[in-house]
Amino acid sequence: MRKTLLMGLTAVLPLALLAGCGDNRPTQAYKQGTYQGKPDTRPWDNEQFKGNQKAWEDAVKSRAQAQNEYVRLGDGPGGKL
Amino acid sequence: MARMKFLCDAERCIECNGCVTACKNTNDVPWGVNRRRVVTIDDGVPGERSISVACMHCSDAPCMAVCPVDCFYKTEDGVVLHDKDLCIGCGYCFYACPFGAPQFPQDGGFGLRGKMDKCTFCAGGPEADGSEAELRKYGQNRLAQGKLPSCAEMCSTKALLGGDGDTIADIYRTRVLVRGKGSEVWGWGSAYGKPEKQQAAPGGKS
Repeated sequence: MRKTLLMGLTAVLPLALLAGCGDNRPTQAYKQGTYQGKPDTRPWDNEQFKGNQKAWEDAVKSRAQAQNEYVRLGDGPGGKL
Repeated sequence: MARMKFLCDAERCIECNGCVTACKNTNDVPWGVNRRRVVTIDDGVPGERSISVACMHCSDAPCMAVCPVDCFYKTEDGVVLHDKDLCIGCGYCFYACPFGAPQFPQDGGFGLRGKMDKCTFCAGGPEADGSEAELRKYGQNRLAQGKLPSCAEMCSTKALLGGDGDTIADIYRTRVLVRGKGSEVWGWGSAYGKPEKQQAAPGGKS
């Protein structure tokens, strides 16, 4: 009985000791010149654009044209500048 | 692919500081931190010029190059952002930036320098889009809503343009071609009329 227990302990103890070696490093490995922070999502990966990059680009471009009086005012009262 | 840029037309900027106010209000920027400001050259002298300055989201950003903890990243659409959880507030980016864009809260004692804050092109930061954490740390994420930075959109004279580099360059090019150069820019042509066209000689062929 005692011999069996000893054999069992001899078999399990190294595994228990080696278990510590399997720990992941708590900190991220630092790589010089590479972004170390959290990953960010892309502006079109959301509920509104549902991953459609083209739709987002079109939305931003049409929004940018609101800064262009020659397009925004058109033929209105302030147009034909 | 869009590459986000700012462009300020010094002929149009009237130093109203509307862009500064819009930025402060949109992003709840604390007292003492100026993500955007208006710089005037030759103030009070005829020919003075003003320009609105913030982070220019450089293609080859020096702040990214000097950061000792590499907390900067560039999004696919060319916006330079940073992770405030990683920033140690060392100030290297402030010395590297040619525009003075990085700002540091200095409301603590003993010359405390907090985590760097700068213009995000209203694109938030590395937190979930539209989340409370993003709003608190970086401000609004207007870009994810298909909008442009509030400073550019609020500019009363449209001196400050923001958006895709090609698009705003086209807007500026059209503007310059229409308004001409020299005295035409400030209204001589509007006030006194454009030079009359050459009259055809009487009896000559038209």
